[in-house]
Amino acid sequence: MQVNEEFVPTIVAFCCNWCSYAGADLSGTNRLPYPANVKIIRVPCSCRVNPTFILRAFQRGADGVIICGCHPGDCHYTTGNYYTRRRMTLLFSMLDYLGIERARTRVEWVSAAEGQKFAETMRSFVKDVTALGPNRRLEDLRCRKD
Amino acid sequence: MQERLKARARELLGDGVVTRVLGWKKGEFSYDITPAVFESAEELERDFVFDGFCGANLSKYLIQEASKPGKGKILVFLKPCDSYSYGELLKEHRIAKENVYAVGIPCEGMADADRIRARGIDGILGIEHEGEDFLVHTLYGDERVSVKEALAERCLSCKSKRHASCDELIGEEGEDVPDDVRFTEVARLEAMTPEERFEFWRGELSRCVRCNACRNVCPACSCENCVFDNPASGISQKAAADPFEENMYHIIRAFHVAGRCTDCGECSRVCPEHIPLHLLNRKFIKDIDELYGAYRAGESEDGKNPLVSYTEGDVEPSVVNERGRA
Repeated sequence: MQVNEEFVPTIVAFCCNWCSYAGADLSGTNRLPYPANVKIIRVPCSCRVNPTFILRAFQRGADGVIICGCHPGDCHYTTGNYYTRRRMTLLFSMLDYLGIERARTRVEWVSAAEGQKFAETMRSFVKDVTALGPNRRLEDLRCRKD
Repeated sequence: MQERLKARARELLGDGVVTRVLGWKKGEFSYDITPAVFESAEELERDFVFDGFCGANLSKYLIQEASKPGKGKILVFLKPCDSYSYGELLKEHRIAKENVYAVGIPCEGMADADRIRARGIDGILGIEHEGEDFLVHTLYGDERVSVKEALAERCLSCKSKRHASCDELIGEEGEDVPDDVRFTEVARLEAMTPEERFEFWRGELSRCVRCNACRNVCPACSCENCVFDNPASGISQKAAADPFEENMYHIIRAFHVAGRCTDCGECSRVCPEHIPLHLLNRKFIKDIDELYGAYRAGESEDGKNPLVSYTEGDVEPSVVNERGRA
């Protein structure tokens, strides 16, 4: 039996129901490949993402967390993503302050028409996180599988 | 000053303006001052204390005390930094303002008993300001300690001697203190490499015993149902089973008060493990100031907190990656 020793990161992507989730759909129907280790979690709005969700994802074994929402100004609920933007800026800054690698978290604006952008974003994010290696600074040893 | 406060409190009690006084009294030790409610002039006379150890911020107690039905008005003494917490609580409609009579009092900085005891001074009975020094009364006679060497950490970088909101003022109104040293420590950490920062915070946070004192004392942490008390949160238990829980607790605690924290420094004061928790809060304050314009929580009752408002031209979260890379 052959064992793949190469590190394959687990990525959690929080996707807004109204844009990025549809964008992911579009990239699928367009046969645009993106890495299969991206686990998409659908949220009603990027603003639904509580900072605890992100920490929780890291605890349960994510190596990177990305939040995708509508472009600023295009929020289905008018202003949700503006709050996300402030909140996540502060949270990411705090994670950086605590010494957690900066490239493990990201926010991207992907509309429902941007299947191409969705696939590219995921490819580049997976590449960045793979380069960082497994998440060790913000993991919970009790949740480790290996 | 103690006698002036006592006299004013007696007067207001006697006139029937207030029915109770929220102040400080001696705890187990005389440097261990604890907040207390006084209901009569006799109690005041016997127990009321105001000295260099009265660091406790009384504003949070008003949430409960001012909402007791049929109990009438309560008098509260607020140092300048406490008055910001009071202002923030008023803004959030957490305090029934009509039941509070807030008296602003001047503050020359509060002493840290640990720093005084570290100098070998024992048997502390009381403390007074005397010019550039603290005069410490002890069982073995009086000792002098220079103010700089005895001040609590948060008072070394005092942000204001001016009150944000109060009904009456005893003494003279002070002025804002420029922010020149307040963010020095945060900037020092920011200048480190991520590895050094990680090591620094591991060293600090791993001492956390999850006593929840920082949460309980914080005037901004005023939710009736706290996320950390919810068993489903996974971090409601006392001792952290994994370093992750320490990180989680402290990130979320600081995040929940981001934009509302007035930097009163109570979290660090009460921490039994001396974890510099104010450095987490100050990081948020510094970021908010830099990214969204200078904002001071508690300063006024109008306007929106930075985390519940936005502008269309806000910076993108990727700014975090770009900063400090130049």
